[in-house]
Amino acid sequence: MNLLPPRLRGMTAGRCALALAVASSLALSACGSGDGGGSGSEAGSLTETDYYDSAPQNTQLPKVLDECGDQVGVKIVHQEVPRAQFMPKLLQQASSRSLPDLALVDNPDLQQLAATGGLVPLSQAGLSTGVLYPSIVAAGRYQGETYGIAPGVNGLALFYNKDMFASAGLTPPTTWDQLTADAKKLTQGKRYGMAFSAVGTEEGSFQFEPFFWTAGASLKNLNSPQAVQALTLWKTLVDQGSASKSVVTWTQTDINDQFAAGNVAMMINGPWQLPKLNAKKDLHFGIAPIPVPSSSAKPVTPLGGEVWTVGHSDRARERKAVAVVKCLLDPEHSLEWSKAAGYIPSDRAAAARLAASDPQLAAFVTEVGTAQARTAELGTGYPKVSEALWTALQACLVGGKTPQAALAEAQSKTTKS
Amino acid sequence: MSTSVSPRARFAVRSAGRRAERGRPRSSRSRWSAVGFIVPAWAYVACFYLYPLVSNVRMGFQNYTVASFYTGRAPYVGLANYRAVLHGSEFWPTVANTVVFTVASLVVQFSIGLALAMFFRRAFPLNGTLRSLLLVPWLLPLVVSGTVWRWMLDNDSGVLNQALLQLHVVGHPVPWLVSTKMSLIAVTLVNIWVGIPFNMVILYGGLQAIPEQVHEAAAIDGAGAWQRFRHVTLPLLRPVALVVLTLGLIYTIKVFDIIMIVTQGGPVHSSQTLTTYAYDLSFQELTFGRGAAVGNVLILVAIVFAAVYLRSTRETEGGTR
Repeated sequence: MNLLPPRLRGMTAGRCALALAVASSLALSACGSGDGGGSGSEAGSLTETDYYDSAPQNTQLPKVLDECGDQVGVKIVHQEVPRAQFMPKLLQQASSRSLPDLALVDNPDLQQLAATGGLVPLSQAGLSTGVLYPSIVAAGRYQGETYGIAPGVNGLALFYNKDMFASAGLTPPTTWDQLTADAKKLTQGKRYGMAFSAVGTEEGSFQFEPFFWTAGASLKNLNSPQAVQALTLWKTLVDQGSASKSVVTWTQTDINDQFAAGNVAMMINGPWQLPKLNAKKDLHFGIAPIPVPSSSAKPVTPLGGEVWTVGHSDRARERKAVAVVKCLLDPEHSLEWSKAAGYIPSDRAAAARLAASDPQLAAFVTEVGTAQARTAELGTGYPKVSEALWTALQACLVGGKTPQAALAEAQSKTTKS
Repeated sequence: MSTSVSPRARFAVRSAGRRAERGRPRSSRSRWSAVGFIVPAWAYVACFYLYPLVSNVRMGFQNYTVASFYTGRAPYVGLANYRAVLHGSEFWPTVANTVVFTVASLVVQFSIGLALAMFFRRAFPLNGTLRSLLLVPWLLPLVVSGTVWRWMLDNDSGVLNQALLQLHVVGHPVPWLVSTKMSLIAVTLVNIWVGIPFNMVILYGGLQAIPEQVHEAAAIDGAGAWQRFRHVTLPLLRPVALVVLTLGLIYTIKVFDIIMIVTQGGPVHSSQTLTTYAYDLSFQELTFGRGAAVGNVLILVAIVFAAVYLRSTRETEGGTR
């Protein structure tokens, strides 16, 4: 039986082998060095990468992109990459000079990415940031240049289940002591009073920072008495059984699912969960500012949100990409995107209008005004300190370490090279 | 398996090959076609094995930062990466975790695999069906089985804890994935489950190759079941067992996906092995030189055991010839 296709049957073994050798030498030269261009190098299309992997963000973003693509007259090829592989992927692309024309980067990662030298400085390209929240503008800057601009920002607040609070006769807690007491009262059977994410990624640090900063601690000194005070609060919640030990594995999406399922009475989370929670009609929930150590303190939350960046390519493509970013950031489109995805517009005036029309977002809009950018203190040094911090959270909550010991270890890790 | 091919069959294949060689005249054309067939294989090896390997070894001696990705420039720093890694507080606990994970996995996988292989040597109804069902853990993508295990081991709603609580084996949920004391045990359990089929299949093949007459002769001489196992089965299985253990060791020491999916090496690095440590250094801390250094240490260990494996297979081939 002859299994070769008819066209190949006439070929002698020698000629066939020669063809293979040629093909493989072509493959070999291709694996050496890719020289620029990247995917979709025809002038009519731009590449875009982001890490939104759940609705509504990943369904809404392509719509807004298409609108802006149409306006500029360019086709935008959309690609999503899981959060954990997002930075490694961009760095690989930087090494092969094929960074996407447009990338939506988490704001604490922006300075790392800008440090590669692969991004177009947006201030020189004629984008202004005057009307935006100063803290998000600062997060997008590296060595005096703006490399990333956010269409929308977010922060964290306390979500609480109204039905559970009503049946326990409670009002939302405003201080840490109330939070501890209420969480204990609301813990019944399989239900936990409180949930937060202490997962071993940036998310864990992001969730802890509101407590850490509100207590008055600084990322430059992880084992200050204020930091110990904040971690003691979390440890108390876990030790008294008001929060599950699983908080060390739960992401913000996980705690949102637990909250939506009625397994927890309170959680720390952000406005991007609102579309999902609002879709669940039998869930009655409210949003309150994050509780503070004493009634006189003001909550300081970390600023969340992603910034648009433009990767270096050639002049024509860069110009088109900048034009698309301009469109994405204009008041109309940033408001459309923010509404659909549960973000606060970075444009202060637009945010104020949104707060007036949507009471759910009012708590977040107030917070974003005073929110702190995570890279403000440490710049490119932030990811390392953040890792030390989330490791300390886990060591304290489930590793049997005291808050003092866990944070002291974290601090000594950040000072070593 | 080379050992399961009978010597006579191997002789037949070899002499057939020799006959074919003698029959074909060696022209320059056939030599060119031989080269043509070898070149793609070498090109493949060079492109996908040699190039990354050499790059990784080189990166271990460089201060490779995020900027190096774009500029392509990374200064050579000698052994600084290795020094930093060796003196880091995480390295030795990570090595200890790797050793515990590897040794515990190998011992338990091998014991259960051997017990199952012995069991399936008996003829009983549904033997074949059961044996193929036991292969499922091996065939499932690790992303799938790892995710399912993560759900099963969940502290509050996992089926394992629910079952243990209902059976009153434990009073409180076992914190499989959320305790620094349990997480290494949890990932080792999952890895054992994944590895049993591999051990069983190869050992079963090895057992089939032991002639029935040897067992019968031992039985006639008055050897009991345990004595037959201890003095007949085990010595005759030794070459196959050696291969299984060496291959198992190479596979286990480089396990990455199971740990990454089930615990991400946490909490607090308590289930971190050298592979997840290398990933963490490179892609979390973005210190690529140090990540490469840890990767190179792993490569070195794997090469040592691969050499042991190659020697042991060569010895077994020589032994049966």
